[in-house]
Amino acid sequence: MLALYTIVFFLVGWMPGDPFSSNEKNISPEVRENMKKAWGLDQPLWKQYLIYPKNLITEGSLGVSTEKNRPVWDIIIQSFPASLILGISALFIAVGIGVPIGIISATRKNTAIDYGGMAIAMIGICIPSFIIGPVLQLTLAAKIPAFKIAGWGHPLDVILPSITLGLGTAAYLARLTRGSMLEVLNQDYIRTAKAKGLKTFSVVIKHALRGGLLPSVAFIGPAFAALISGSFIVETIFQVPGMGQHFVNAAIKRDPFVLRGVVLFYGLLIVIMNLAADLIAASLNPRIRLEKT
Amino acid sequence: MTTLFLVSCAQDSPVNRATKEKILLMGNTAEPRGLDPHIVSGVLENNIIRGLFEGLVIEHPSKDGVALPGVAESWGPTDPKNPTEWIFNLRKDAKWSDGTPLTAEDFLFSFQRILTPALGSEYSFMLYYIIGAEDFHKGKTKDFSTVKVSAPDPHTLKVNLRSPIPFLPEITKHYTWFPVPKHIILKHGKAEDRFNPWTKPKNIQSNGAFTLKSWKLNDHIEIQKNPVYWDTKNVALNGIRFLPISNSFTEDRMFYNEQLHITYTIAPDLIEYSRKNFKDMTRNEFYFGTYFIRCNVKKSPLQDVKIREALSITINQQDIIDYVTMGNQSPAAGIVPPFVGYNSPGDIKFDPDKAKRLLEDAGYPNGEGFPKINFLTTDRESSKRLAEALQAMWKKYLGIEISIQQMEWTSYLNTMMSKEYDLAAGGWIGDYMDPLTFLDMWIKDGGNNRTNWSSEEFEELLGEAERTAGQKERYGILEKAEKLFLDERPILPIYWYTRNYLIHNHVKGWDPLILDNHPYKFLDLVAD
Repeated sequence: MLALYTIVFFLVGWMPGDPFSSNEKNISPEVRENMKKAWGLDQPLWKQYLIYPKNLITEGSLGVSTEKNRPVWDIIIQSFPASLILGISALFIAVGIGVPIGIISATRKNTAIDYGGMAIAMIGICIPSFIIGPVLQLTLAAKIPAFKIAGWGHPLDVILPSITLGLGTAAYLARLTRGSMLEVLNQDYIRTAKAKGLKTFSVVIKHALRGGLLPSVAFIGPAFAALISGSFIVETIFQVPGMGQHFVNAAIKRDPFVLRGVVLFYGLLIVIMNLAADLIAASLNPRIRLEKT
Repeated sequence: MTTLFLVSCAQDSPVNRATKEKILLMGNTAEPRGLDPHIVSGVLENNIIRGLFEGLVIEHPSKDGVALPGVAESWGPTDPKNPTEWIFNLRKDAKWSDGTPLTAEDFLFSFQRILTPALGSEYSFMLYYIIGAEDFHKGKTKDFSTVKVSAPDPHTLKVNLRSPIPFLPEITKHYTWFPVPKHIILKHGKAEDRFNPWTKPKNIQSNGAFTLKSWKLNDHIEIQKNPVYWDTKNVALNGIRFLPISNSFTEDRMFYNEQLHITYTIAPDLIEYSRKNFKDMTRNEFYFGTYFIRCNVKKSPLQDVKIREALSITINQQDIIDYVTMGNQSPAAGIVPPFVGYNSPGDIKFDPDKAKRLLEDAGYPNGEGFPKINFLTTDRESSKRLAEALQAMWKKYLGIEISIQQMEWTSYLNTMMSKEYDLAAGGWIGDYMDPLTFLDMWIKDGGNNRTNWSSEEFEELLGEAERTAGQKERYGILEKAEKLFLDERPILPIYWYTRNYLIHNHVKGWDPLILDNHPYKFLDLVAD
């Protein structure tokens, strides 16, 4: 986290322009100076580098947005729930579609079902969300009154953005699961299980799945963090008040406090999700549990 | 989930439900930077602030340039022949939404606050017409009594101006002149603290037709009818919900799908579709702004006015409007858009033959030897299309090469402000209905000039206009100033703006206004 903080701090600090130069109407040098003072941006960069973590530790403050004039924590707390709900829903769709397709393709290797599944996966990877989103708006939302074109607040509002966000991850998961399942299905113990007369369903679910899912679990951890951090595109297409747009808008508007705060928050999220993925992987595969040496 | 789905299918559309409840659903393009009139500077913030707060006067719902009573019941200059001193008589029943009386003292506090240097207000220059305001704001004095505004009694506001301004009421329609609640601001912190949380929903009090009901970041801002507003019995709407929809395609689709009453704009690619399928709900209205190209007059060969004019008159403005912007804008004959009372002296016309002669006179016959110059613009697709159209026109008619340099917004502004460009796309929207708002930006070293151009004669004319009280005489002087400016051509006008947007038939009382400052108190929602 310290390395992340240092890198992002100085990258943001060295960006051309300042937070007060994104307004087309010019502001006078006096006003610019007063604004810089208000945010402590008149201090040398190295001083700001030390003041920022000090404020975080002593006051729990990530600073105040130069663009929105409100505490960065406020922005994160208000936008994180929408991102969390969208991320979890997108993950359900990704896992719910991607993993079964991968398993079925692996068990029906080199058949029409396998080729069809992987073709769908390839299409899912290739078609970007800014195509899927509007297509869903024009086909489902425009025709079915229960779905809105955009908006957030009703439980059904989650469906279309989650599909848009989750399909790409579903496609990757399908291919990943197929590859790892094929590897496991070629193992000796699977051959033994089949030789003992176990049904295919039992072989796959009881014996192969655990090992076959390991790469997917490793992928899901950081993928979930990426889904939660939101997609700027999905948020703007469907008007989801999530975190992704703060990240992009902060970069455009040169808002150093929101940029640093959101990056650190994402960083922490990724660390937590990677840890969770490692723990799940360890529970699935005893061989990769931490051992005393 | 199935039940939810079925129930949702059976419901009325969001627009119909909102109309029944008299809640106006408006697209407002982006999340506002705030709701403090002294800190923000944008159009989208103005859209919300003018619902919450009311100034001395308000916009007429259908007539440009007409002021109706707001907090002031009556107003006028002490001497109509020399309007340097104005008196505003405030209504005695003016209140903040918590019932606290609103007096002239609130206006004095507000003016002091916005002019206080520490607050860092970006729009304080709107008050520089007041004697002493500029010096106080620039920190030359800390004594606010040098700023000539006073309250002879709680319901009288006196303003002394540094020059005669017959159009002062027009200026006071701008939110920088609105009152802010002294008792609320001081309750939550210092007046000059820009992080003062007084605008949070649980804290804010306002004096307009509406108060703030809810504010969910990047989701919506909702305002509701203010029961203590002096004219509340004539306010038909119960509320307005502003939606920060940044994607114009999404916004338009929401409108087509009965989710919005009014959009902020129409995506250029959907203008034709909207006109065809929603003919009576598609509006194309004149907007008080100009799109132009800045020339860096210190960069060779743009220091030659013949070159600048040649570039200007080889722009086929109508082709740009018909095939590139497609928003039915008006070709700009000058820099100041036309409005009642002002005769624009501009006569810029497409004339490639004359342009070729000018280029030849400047030493570049058929473009031979003309250096490659760059054209700076933003990273938007629409900006790129327009830049490519200009590039093609200059190549076709003058034989010269222009390279296009696209930059993201802040980098584009920085590059333009540091004058590291040859030609740069730009535009300007007027703050109030007067030619000065388009002309005073071109003074020497003016922050919004950015062309390196200046003219003593031009500034003398502006000074003369400032000293002239009569509107007709004043406009005559400003017309001369604009003519001089256009003859020098430091900018190449392209078109005068229009606003393209969608508005539902349920909305009543919404008429075209050149500044688009629609007063919401006159609106109603009625189902067909």
